[in-house]
Amino acid sequence: MSQNSLRILIADDSDTDRLILQALIKRLGHEVIEAVDGLDAVEKFGEGQPDIVLLDALMPRMDGMEAARHIKALAGERLVPVIFLTSLSETEDLVRCLEAGGDDFLTKPYNRVIIEAKINAFDRMRRMHDTLSRQHQQIRERNRQLLEEQTIARRVFDNVAHTGCLDSPNIHYHASPLSVFNGDVLFASPLPAGGMLIFLGDFTGHGLPAAIGAMPVAEIFYGMARKGFSGADVLREINQKLKLILPTGMFCCGAMVEADFKLGQLKVWNGGLPEAWVIRADGDPVLLPSRHLPLGILPPEQFESVMETLQVWPGDRLLVMTDGVLEATNDRGELFGLAGVRQCLDHPGSGRHPFDAILEGVRRFSGKAAESDDLTLVALDITDQPEVPSVQEQPSPSALAGPTEWRCEYEIRERTLGDFSPLPLLLHICLEVPGLRTRGGEIYTLLSELYNNALEHGVLQLPSEWKHSADGFGRYYSERQARLARVDGHYIRFSLHHTRKPGGGRLRVVCEDSGAGFDFRNHPLVSGRGDEDRGPRYAGRGLLLLKRLSNNITFRGRGNHVEIVYDWNFSAHQGDGDDR
Amino acid sequence: MPIQTSLAEDGKTLVIRIEGRFDFSTHQAFRDSYEHADPKVTDYIVDLSDTTYLDSSALGMLLLLRDHAGGDSARISIENCNSDVRRILSISNFEQLFAIK
Repeated sequence: MSQNSLRILIADDSDTDRLILQALIKRLGHEVIEAVDGLDAVEKFGEGQPDIVLLDALMPRMDGMEAARHIKALAGERLVPVIFLTSLSETEDLVRCLEAGGDDFLTKPYNRVIIEAKINAFDRMRRMHDTLSRQHQQIRERNRQLLEEQTIARRVFDNVAHTGCLDSPNIHYHASPLSVFNGDVLFASPLPAGGMLIFLGDFTGHGLPAAIGAMPVAEIFYGMARKGFSGADVLREINQKLKLILPTGMFCCGAMVEADFKLGQLKVWNGGLPEAWVIRADGDPVLLPSRHLPLGILPPEQFESVMETLQVWPGDRLLVMTDGVLEATNDRGELFGLAGVRQCLDHPGSGRHPFDAILEGVRRFSGKAAESDDLTLVALDITDQPEVPSVQEQPSPSALAGPTEWRCEYEIRERTLGDFSPLPLLLHICLEVPGLRTRGGEIYTLLSELYNNALEHGVLQLPSEWKHSADGFGRYYSERQARLARVDGHYIRFSLHHTRKPGGGRLRVVCEDSGAGFDFRNHPLVSGRGDEDRGPRYAGRGLLLLKRLSNNITFRGRGNHVEIVYDWNFSAHQGDGDDR
Repeated sequence: MPIQTSLAEDGKTLVIRIEGRFDFSTHQAFRDSYEHADPKVTDYIVDLSDTTYLDSSALGMLLLLRDHAGGDSARISIENCNSDVRRILSISNFEQLFAIK
C-alpha cells in the first residue's frame, strides 16, 4: 500500500462500475471523490482539488475527453495525471483519449494489481513534477532577487564611487553597466593643483567579493585626490588597504595615471594591467607595460609606488584597458590579444579616435553586443586647457565659521624629505579658513610650487633647464630620485600665517630651505625685466605662477627664503587669479 | 585528471602538473594537490608544460600556494610555460614572487 493517502476523483456514469472501482481504491488507502458524468467531474475537480483523476471515456452531458481538457486547463502548472477508464479497444479511440490530455488508460474489467501500480507510478511522477517546479520557482525567485540586489548595490556603489570627472570632454570611457560586479572599477578626479588623477582597476574574481573590495578603493581614491595627494600616495594607501582586507589570492590589477596638463607631464603606474598606450599626435605609439605586482599582494614595506614620468604634448592620447580587451574571443575561440589592439591602433581609420578604433575592433572580432562584454577601456586626450570640472566642495552651513587668526610652522627634515609630501597636510590647514575653502586649487598651486622649488632646486640642486628637452626630462627625474636618497642635514620649513582683513583675509606663506639659494637680485623674472626662460632657478613656469597667483612675492637671505602674500575677499568670485 | 602531483626523486620537491585550462574550475584540485602532500615537502615545482591558459584566479591560487609554502621564504618554481601563459605571468610581474623558468 502506498504510504501517502491520495485524493482520487472517479467519474463514471455506470453506478456499478463506479462502486467497484471506488471500493478497490478505498481499500488501497486513498480518499475518493465521485462524479456521475464529465460535467460533474469538472465541477468536483474544482471543489475537491484531487491528486489523480480517473475518467470514463464515454459519459452523458460531457464525455471524458472534453472533461480531460477542462481539467488540464484548470490544473494549470500543477501536474494532475488523468487516467481514462475504458472498455474501448480500438487504437484510434485510445489515441483520442491521449490527445485530449489523458496520461494513461485502465481497461475494464479492473485488475487490482495494475490499478495500484499505475496509481503509485503516477504519484511518483506527480511528486517529482512538484519538486521540480518548486525548485524552478525558487531559482527564478533567487535570480530576480539577485538582479534587484545588484541594482541596489550598484546604486550604493555609485554614491561612493560616483563618476568624478569621467564626463570631462577629454576623457572617453567604456565600462559595462554592472562592471563593478565583473571586478572592474574606473575613477577619475580633478586635482586641486589642476590636472587629473585616473585609476582603472580589475579585481580578481567576480560578483560580490570584487564589488566589496572596490568600495574602499573608491573612498581612498576620491578622498585623497581631492586633498591633493599624489598618485603614488594614493597607490600606497590602496595597496595597504587591500592587503589588509582581501584574502590571499584576491588582488586588484590596476593602473594609476596622474596628468599635469600645465607641465605637459604624465605619470603612470601599471601593476598587472595590459600595456597602457600613449598615441602621439603623429600616430607613434609608446607602450607602458606593467612593471609592478598588482595591488593588495605586497606588504607596505615592499610596495613600489614610483610612477613612470612621461612628457606629453597636446594631441597625444593615453589608452588604458583591462584584460577583457585582450581576452575577447571570436567564435573560433581565438583571442583578440595584443596583436588585435596593435592592429586597431596601427590602422585606426582616418580621423577616428584610437578609443573608438579599439572598441569597434573588439566588437567586430567577438561579434558581441556592447552590453555583454566584460571589458573596461579609458582614453585621456592631452590638451592645452582641458575643461576639468573643478572640485566641488559640499557647501556647508558653517561656511563662515572657522579659524581666521592663526600661525603655524612646519618643518620636514632629513630622509622625510625623500618620502613624504607635506602638501596635503598644509592644504588641509589652510582650507579650514572659510574663505579659502573655495580657493583650494590656487592655494595648492602656491604651496606646491614653493615646495617643489625648495626641494628640487634648493635642496636637490637640480638644474631646471634639463626639463626643456625630452632626454633631459628623463634624466631630471631619475636624478631627482637618486638625490632624494642623499638629503642628510637638509630641511624645508613652512611658516603659515593667516590674519583677518575687512571683508576677507590674508595668508602669508614663508618657505625656507637649507639649499644654496640663488642670485635673486639679478634674476630677470624677480627683478621684473628680461625674458622668462633664463636663470638657474625659478626659471620658468613655477615663478610665473607664483607671481600671478599671489599679491606679493619677496626673496630674502641667499635666495633660499621666499615669502608670498595671498589676499582674499568674501565678495570676490572664486577660482582663477586673473581678476586680481 | 587536469592536475597531477608527484614527488621528485629528492623526496622533498612536489611537482604539480596542470593540464589544459588553469582557472577557477581547478581551484579545489589545485589546493588539494599541496595541502595533502607529504609533510617532508619543502620545494615546489608548478609544471605548466600542458597548461594552455591561465587566468587571474589562477594567479590567486599561485599566491595561496606561496602562502602555504611559507610566504616570502617559499621555494616555488613555475616551469615550462607557453608564451601566452608566460605573458600573463609577466604582466602581473609574478617574477618578483616566483622563480619562473
